[in-house]
Amino acid sequence: MTTTENAPTQEIGRDRRRKEDRRLITGRTRWTDNQALTGLLHISVVRSPFAHAEIKGIDTSAAKQVPGVVAVYTAADLGADQVQLPCAWPVTKDMKAPQRPALAGSRVNFAGEGVAVVVARSAAIAKDAAEQVEVDYDELEPVLDMEAALADGATLVHPEIGTNANAQWVFDSGEAGSGGSVAEALQKAESDDDQIIVKRRFRQQRLVPVFMEPRSTVVDPSGEQLVMWSSTQVPHILKTMLALTLGLPEHKVRVIAPDVGGGFGGKIAVAPEEVLTLLVAQKLGKPVKWTETRSESLLTAHHGRDQIQDLTMSVTKDGTITGLDVKLLADMGAYLGLVGPGVPILGAFMFNAIYKIPAYRFDCTNVFTTKTLTDAYRGAGRPEATFGIERLMDEAALELGMEPMEFRRKNWIKHEEFPYTTVSTLTYDTGNYEAATDQALQMFDYDGLRREQQERRERGDVKQLGIGISTFTEMCGLAPSRVLGSLDYGAGGWETAAIRMLPTGKAEVVVGVSPHGQGHETAFSQIVADQLGVPFDDVEILHGDTQSSYRGLDTYGSRSLAVGGIAVVKAAEKVIEKAKPIAAHMLEASEGDLEFSGGRFTVKGTDKGVGIQDIALAVFAAHDYPEGIEPDIDAHATFDPENFSFPHGTHLCAVEVDTETGFVQLYKYVCVDDVGNVINPLIVEGQVHGGLAQGIAQALFEEAAYDDQGTLLSGTLVDYTLPTAADLISFDTANTTTASTTNPLGVKGVGEAGTIASTPAVVNSVLDAIRHLGVKDIDMPTTPYRVWTAINDAKGTAGRGDEANVASPGAGLGSTASDISKGDTQGGHL
Amino acid sequence: MIPAQFDYVRPTTVEEAVQALRDGGDDAKLLAGGQSLLPVLRLRMADPSLIIDLGGIPELKGVREEGNEVVVGAMTSHYDVTRDDTLRQHVALIQEATKTVADPQVRHKGTLGGALAHADPAGDLAAPALALDAQFVIAGPNGTRTVAAADFFEDYFTTAIGEGELLTEIRFPKYTGWGARYEKFNRVAQAWSIVAVAATVKVDGGTISEARIGLTNMAGTPVRARAVESALVGQSATEDNVRKAAQAAAEGTSPTADADAGSDYREHLARVLTGRAVLAAAG
Amino acid sequence: MARIRTTVDGLVYEDDVEPRMLLVQYLRERLGKTGTVIGCDTSNCGACTVHLDGLSVKSCSVLAVQANGSEVLTIEGLERDGQLHPMQQAFHDNHALQCGYCTPGMIMQSIDLLGENPDPSEQEIREGIEGNLCRCTGYQNIVRAVQDAASKMKPGASPTAEAGAKQTVAGGGA
Repeated sequence: MTTTENAPTQEIGRDRRRKEDRRLITGRTRWTDNQALTGLLHISVVRSPFAHAEIKGIDTSAAKQVPGVVAVYTAADLGADQVQLPCAWPVTKDMKAPQRPALAGSRVNFAGEGVAVVVARSAAIAKDAAEQVEVDYDELEPVLDMEAALADGATLVHPEIGTNANAQWVFDSGEAGSGGSVAEALQKAESDDDQIIVKRRFRQQRLVPVFMEPRSTVVDPSGEQLVMWSSTQVPHILKTMLALTLGLPEHKVRVIAPDVGGGFGGKIAVAPEEVLTLLVAQKLGKPVKWTETRSESLLTAHHGRDQIQDLTMSVTKDGTITGLDVKLLADMGAYLGLVGPGVPILGAFMFNAIYKIPAYRFDCTNVFTTKTLTDAYRGAGRPEATFGIERLMDEAALELGMEPMEFRRKNWIKHEEFPYTTVSTLTYDTGNYEAATDQALQMFDYDGLRREQQERRERGDVKQLGIGISTFTEMCGLAPSRVLGSLDYGAGGWETAAIRMLPTGKAEVVVGVSPHGQGHETAFSQIVADQLGVPFDDVEILHGDTQSSYRGLDTYGSRSLAVGGIAVVKAAEKVIEKAKPIAAHMLEASEGDLEFSGGRFTVKGTDKGVGIQDIALAVFAAHDYPEGIEPDIDAHATFDPENFSFPHGTHLCAVEVDTETGFVQLYKYVCVDDVGNVINPLIVEGQVHGGLAQGIAQALFEEAAYDDQGTLLSGTLVDYTLPTAADLISFDTANTTTASTTNPLGVKGVGEAGTIASTPAVVNSVLDAIRHLGVKDIDMPTTPYRVWTAINDAKGTAGRGDEANVASPGAGLGSTASDISKGDTQGGHL
Repeated sequence: MIPAQFDYVRPTTVEEAVQALRDGGDDAKLLAGGQSLLPVLRLRMADPSLIIDLGGIPELKGVREEGNEVVVGAMTSHYDVTRDDTLRQHVALIQEATKTVADPQVRHKGTLGGALAHADPAGDLAAPALALDAQFVIAGPNGTRTVAAADFFEDYFTTAIGEGELLTEIRFPKYTGWGARYEKFNRVAQAWSIVAVAATVKVDGGTISEARIGLTNMAGTPVRARAVESALVGQSATEDNVRKAAQAAAEGTSPTADADAGSDYREHLARVLTGRAVLAAAG
Repeated sequence: MARIRTTVDGLVYEDDVEPRMLLVQYLRERLGKTGTVIGCDTSNCGACTVHLDGLSVKSCSVLAVQANGSEVLTIEGLERDGQLHPMQQAFHDNHALQCGYCTPGMIMQSIDLLGENPDPSEQEIREGIEGNLCRCTGYQNIVRAVQDAASKMKPGASPTAEAGAKQTVAGGGA
């Protein structure tokens, strides 16, 4: 029997090593693909090689003859063409939502869309047979360019909806009453000699989340409840959506997210393959597994970003912003994902960022193309907005002849002005941009690096130095349910936790958020240890199984701590509340005389007390407890925040640009983030590191590129170039703290901050290095070729522009596959 | 993903391997280190009916000196190449280039012969082999023959290895005391070379007396930068001289254009990287 | 089918396998060694890294038949008598993992790296693990962990660490 003799030291704020590590570092893991049930069948999906085509016929006869094949199904065989995969975010009343089937019936709308499924004894046999399925296609014109897609007479991705426009969503501060009219502000600026207007077009390239664990789903239909294991961020949403989408009784479905190897938004989905696995398992009455290959993942798991941003800012010549107009085109791809249409709309609240902007308009049109659909990817809407405004701030400073940090300083919200209601109607509770910036400048040696930059300029060094700034904020901790309701989001934003006090005094804490690398088990244990005064090791966090955790809204939008963590706090408060009358009974004192601290109820002014863990045993025995109450101190709480949380920070990046080759080398990276109170500094730092790597990768390395036929060129990890350790440097990170006032822990989200902030800092630094050579802008990723071309163009000696839309021959796999298979009949080694 | 089905044999001598090739016909494929072949098979971009694993033939492994040559067995791993003292002393360029191949795990398994026979234009070992005037020993049904590097690389992924033949060893002349540098340019560490330059030079008293330069990914085959080589000879190894000579680096090349580089950019890179490689080699 | 005999994490196994079976599949599907995972199909990610006769390889790019007669060490064979290998301990101590999917491969490669170079610089560590992709950590704490392990595995660092270092040689040595 554990008793709490000494109050443990405070857990919150400690750099606890993670509880979840032991299994992961020893290989004792439970990834979905590890599931090996007796009689398990495997499926392979036959996919369209064409971006847009009519299906004229599918011949499955040869595939069915392959030994070990159990069945081959087309859409009609499973009713998969009748399924409407859910989109939970109808952003406008008149949004066009075409049907998204689990398998294409008569038409495919992106390369990689499933058209048939093979079920076999092994994954290898399923793949062998999938190659024997003959599909007869009539190719249609692909729809690839957003602007062309919106033009009159454009080929329609979905002719039945009569347009390629999915929805148009507008916010106008003049109409909302939260600011002036941008139209008026710009008009005034045009005729005002003391103002300038800065217009820029920026491109957010298409990215792929590339979680390290490929998606996998196993469905066992043999029990009373159908069980689905899936590599998902959203087991609860998945369960409810499967019920709604397929008409299953919700109480007959159990979803388990076991160990999940990363998500970054990419596993917020109800995937066609999850539905297919379920349909096949139901049809055959056998457990069925689907595990994707990496190339399948790159091709068909949802992509992210992909916007064209047209930005206009009016600003007085002394550097005061007077208006901001934002016009976006956002590529949805071929269908709407679970929250896809809402992703760019999240940016509506973030383009004004940390600045006081008196007039603001945001106008976003979502567009269908024949590409893989886009949906949430780390930051979801906010990186796009932050990139747009932080690039534009540099451009405006340049036109004004102001130092870029001074221009920001002049326009940002001062620390004494919080809480501050922005032009896009959000109320930022706390922040201190000056403090974070001052610390970052000092850590970075901003002045020293500017001097070094100047010296390199003067010497005409081959390697020029560039310095880039990003002073960002973001809204996260999704989210107040009422706000989500006002945005027509299909669900709330609350979160639930329950605490079960076991007879031996241990605590099982059931949470509705669903981790996949974030360290919830550790951070939540720290919270519970402090709240209940029990040892850290006496707390177990349970998650990811709808049978134990029946209520939750899962993990995304940096919500797990700021919403889910608070639900844990609330549940702990209830445990203490329920324990109090029992403690009073045990101590023969009145409740009013008790105080709770360090895990013990004590009678004020005496040394009489009883520990919460002893009370857990007492209610288990239940031999003696007060009349009129239940012998139970377990508790369940749901927390719905009243506001988002608004982490912010200042990120400074220095790069060396090799002006002869165009190669960009990271030189120094400093960031000072204010994420509110910190539960575990180790985990916070890790989140920032990883976020930075992804944001930097958008700036420098990654792009999901398509050719003019709509074929994904970056279809393997050879072509979709992720940074390795050798491509990155060590980052200098630090925190300033202003506690959030919207939750009792004073915490803000941290999961997305690094990704949101870093991309513009890097691109600003690349341009800063070579702007003196006449370079004005470079599209992301700023590859050596693009940088060199920009330098060359600026010199007036442009390249021949013979960039072909094909993968590198060196890729060896993408473009050269045909060479390999053709040319190797002479016994060449490989 | 899993390869399509194939049969598998593991000969223990070159003779057996040649016999296996004869038995296997057109559809047989040789497995050396497998570091390019396995991914290709997994993506099902090739589906040979027979895999002949050369991993069990001891005579194909190892490095030895033979008079004025260093002989490397085709199945010698990249890892062993990078650690070999004889190569370090006499054929430093191949060692320098091998250090840049892929990553440590791939270098443990991948082989010199496999990489050369694969003849990927962006592969890193063909250009140094060409620059070094390596000789390729090829075994076949009619015994062995030797092909000079200049004749070995015929086109993209195509070499002089004929049907029923296999590469058994690569013979390098000794370049004892020469400086060497493989200047590789790629987007991220894992990416293949956009362009790379293999340079080895002999410097006597500050003057370049001999130079050999091979270019990676500047055509379907590796290319020798002969104009640069001759321009360098007799020059003192100053930055100005070298960079001037390097201006001829793109002569005789025919680089492709792709998303990573236009052909003009590749030509430019060849010039810049040649200058850097020679300077480092002469260092 | 081909008959293979391997020693995996110290135990001897004999099995008939299809020639096309990858070593990683053999480990996962036949031996139940699911600690080693598959992350890609082009040998880029390194998640499947194991030691084959003492050298790190990507087990997705080796056929099971090629491992016939060989000794394989996986992440599951590092722990001895409940004692973590110093590299495992360092990954834990330095928060060098988040989702943990790349971790088995990272740890196996990092051990190999220190076998080659017991005292690597930061750059040498970064290049030594360039065949392993991580999407969570930005690599920074992985680099720290390898540095930490290197300092603890130096001869004379501490009795436990030395034992761990010896294990590396025993299990993964040439």
